[in-house]
Amino acid sequence: MSSTSLPPGLQIEKVDERIMTLNVGPQHPGSGHMRIIVKIDGDYIVSADPDPGYVHRGEEKMAEYRNYILNIPHLERPVIHDSCNVLYPYCLGAEELLGLEVPERAKYLRVIASELNRCVYIQYWLAIYGIFLGHSTMFMWPAGDRELLIDMLEKMTGARVTHSYFVPGGIRNDVPANFEDMLLKRVNYFEKRIKEYAAVFAGKLSREDAIRLGTTGSTLRASGVNFDLRVKEPYDAYGELDVNVPVLKEGDSYARSKIPWLDMLESCNIIRQAVQKMPKSGSVRVKLKPNPKGGNDEVYKRVESGRGSLGCYIVSRNTPEPYRLKLSVGSFRNLICLPYLLKGEKLGNMPAVYWSLNYWPVEADR
Amino acid sequence: MSEPETNPVEQPASPATPSSTPPAAKPATTPPPAAKPVPVKEIPPFEKSIADKVEAEFSGKVKVEFVKENRIRIKTSKEDVVQVAKFLRDEMHYDHAESVSGVDYPAEKEIEVVYHLGSYTDPQLANQVLALATRAPREENPNPGFDSTRLPSLRDVFYSVEFHERECFEMLGVFFEGHPDNRRLLLPEDWADLPPLRKDFRNKGR
Amino acid sequence: MLKDLLTPQNANVFVGKLGDVLVKAVDQPLGYAINWSRLWSLWPVHIETACCSVEFGAASGPRYDVERFGIIEAFGSLRQCDLVVVQGTITRKMAPRLRLVYDQMPEPKYVIAMGACAITGGLYFDSYNVLPGIDGILPVDVYVPGCPPRPETLIQGCMLLQEKIKRLKAR
Ligand code: SF4
Repeated sequence: MSSTSLPPGLQIEKVDERIMTLNVGPQHPGSGHMRIIVKIDGDYIVSADPDPGYVHRGEEKMAEYRNYILNIPHLERPVIHDSCNVLYPYCLGAEELLGLEVPERAKYLRVIASELNRCVYIQYWLAIYGIFLGHSTMFMWPAGDRELLIDMLEKMTGARVTHSYFVPGGIRNDVPANFEDMLLKRVNYFEKRIKEYAAVFAGKLSREDAIRLGTTGSTLRASGVNFDLRVKEPYDAYGELDVNVPVLKEGDSYARSKIPWLDMLESCNIIRQAVQKMPKSGSVRVKLKPNPKGGNDEVYKRVESGRGSLGCYIVSRNTPEPYRLKLSVGSFRNLICLPYLLKGEKLGNMPAVYWSLNYWPVEADR
Repeated sequence: MSEPETNPVEQPASPATPSSTPPAAKPATTPPPAAKPVPVKEIPPFEKSIADKVEAEFSGKVKVEFVKENRIRIKTSKEDVVQVAKFLRDEMHYDHAESVSGVDYPAEKEIEVVYHLGSYTDPQLANQVLALATRAPREENPNPGFDSTRLPSLRDVFYSVEFHERECFEMLGVFFEGHPDNRRLLLPEDWADLPPLRKDFRNKGR
Repeated sequence: MLKDLLTPQNANVFVGKLGDVLVKAVDQPLGYAINWSRLWSLWPVHIETACCSVEFGAASGPRYDVERFGIIEAFGSLRQCDLVVVQGTITRKMAPRLRLVYDQMPEPKYVIAMGACAITGGLYFDSYNVLPGIDGILPVDVYVPGCPPRPETLIQGCMLLQEKIKRLKAR
């Protein structure tokens, strides 16, 4: 096959009699919004080729037409159930570019919001994992418990999932009175609930490969690498809080699904600490000029989101709009180990391995 | 449209200076806001040492564009980028790439590709991100894959850039030589327009 | 008299007439019954297209529990489904697949456009890869606005669809 005559990006498949090609997705209970092209020999996967892009919405291009404030709503859409965390690096970056200093109370409220959001995200992720594994209870329990914290976030921000809560220079509004008590009560109950949750051994990722493939988040930590930006590069108020990051050594799907679960327990701890240390009153937002301009500079900020480190690279060229904005998202970085992990697995294990990567297709496509 | 200088570019003071409580999350190295005009930020020593090492190894070939807290940016030409990357991996222990972003500069007729490198193995480098920038020539009428917009692929050095480079290829039309699999990733299969992240591609109605 | 009418020549016509009368008598209750059974067992296809699927998931969760209203959780294969809930943005890459899914479903089938993106393109009105609404590719029955719609809104949309099915002529 003269592959040189075809432009790169197109290719012609060779047909093999023994190997069967199977398109999993995008309409498949075990794929989400993406397609995985798997080649199987009998029941074993010979190769897997992820084909994302079904939700590629051109956010990075759109960001070049909107100023720093107008960019907020659409930049949180990639992961709406983790919307605080996905906005976090953008806000940090914009603050550095615009030269803003966040008030102390806002820092703690940001931590609380993002930890709540992390729990909400992980609960949804667990619920969908339940669907992937065909386990009804595993869907129902997290989906129900998730609503507890969604209520809290709704009290805080006014929206169920799309909060648009973080703005460059602080947060949009203060929390209502009595919020702390309600929050602590719910968090304590929530912690009790998730301890009751007590899955799958496949797709082993060794420590060296996890590093080589540049994975992040739970995928990385399940392979025994202790790396969490909340500890390693503390942003906002995380520097003053005591964060114990769960790390497991096994590196299989079970470990990868256990890490987020342990993360939720840790989040409850962090929320409790943050509520204690938070200044009880004070301003939560710095006033901005209309249409603020960034300087001739660039920043790369990253935070630890529910799916791993989430970086935001903003290039600014003296305009109110970012010159170039790039989200380096955890899902996209973890996608690379999918072909690697699926090779040699049984086809039936595919959904378990795939979803254990803590992958959210909308985020990966942006 | 000038390049960022070697020293960190000083921000214009924030418009409405808040009654700022001292920034507690930051380490104590922040200089006191004493003199209003141009408070010189000191260059953090650890980052400086890394940048100096790289500069000493490749004197003249690399240009350290800025050294900020936890962030270094190094620019190099496309001929040297593989060597510099190898050096960074083997000697400086940066072991993975976090993101690969292309930035289009139509005025300079160049497309810049920035690799953000991080490290998991070296605990000292855990909060460091090194931006390795290199530039490819840009053509007015791109023909992705066949024109002169080419860069050597870093996939053999950092395995983790594989998908990022694929994305960069389709979004900006930078062909990575030596990349095993320069296929389309995110865009629809029948995309025949300009690569969308180039500046001359306009969104509808904008 | 009946014997006169029923000659071998016009027997066909007669039977046809009789059938018409029968249909007139039974059609309405029968159609009502068919519609009734359809509207309490709507099976949505498991096709997530964008972020609105989060709220769709929440709607099938224990708190909102759309199953009460006869919308069964999206578990089945698309050959048994009769409802497409378009959960948000349709990109250019997804659009042919969505149509393919729709075409493979058995009649009758209904479409709910969920979220601002599915209705007009929403936030992504100026994006290069997003369709401005799905009306161009699918016949939409009910629009559920919101970004994302709350589960209550989705449930209301489903109930509207049920109202609509009730009034449709059963085929
Ligand atoms: S309407 Fe909003 S929530 Fe729904 S897909 Fe569009 S952006 Fe996402």
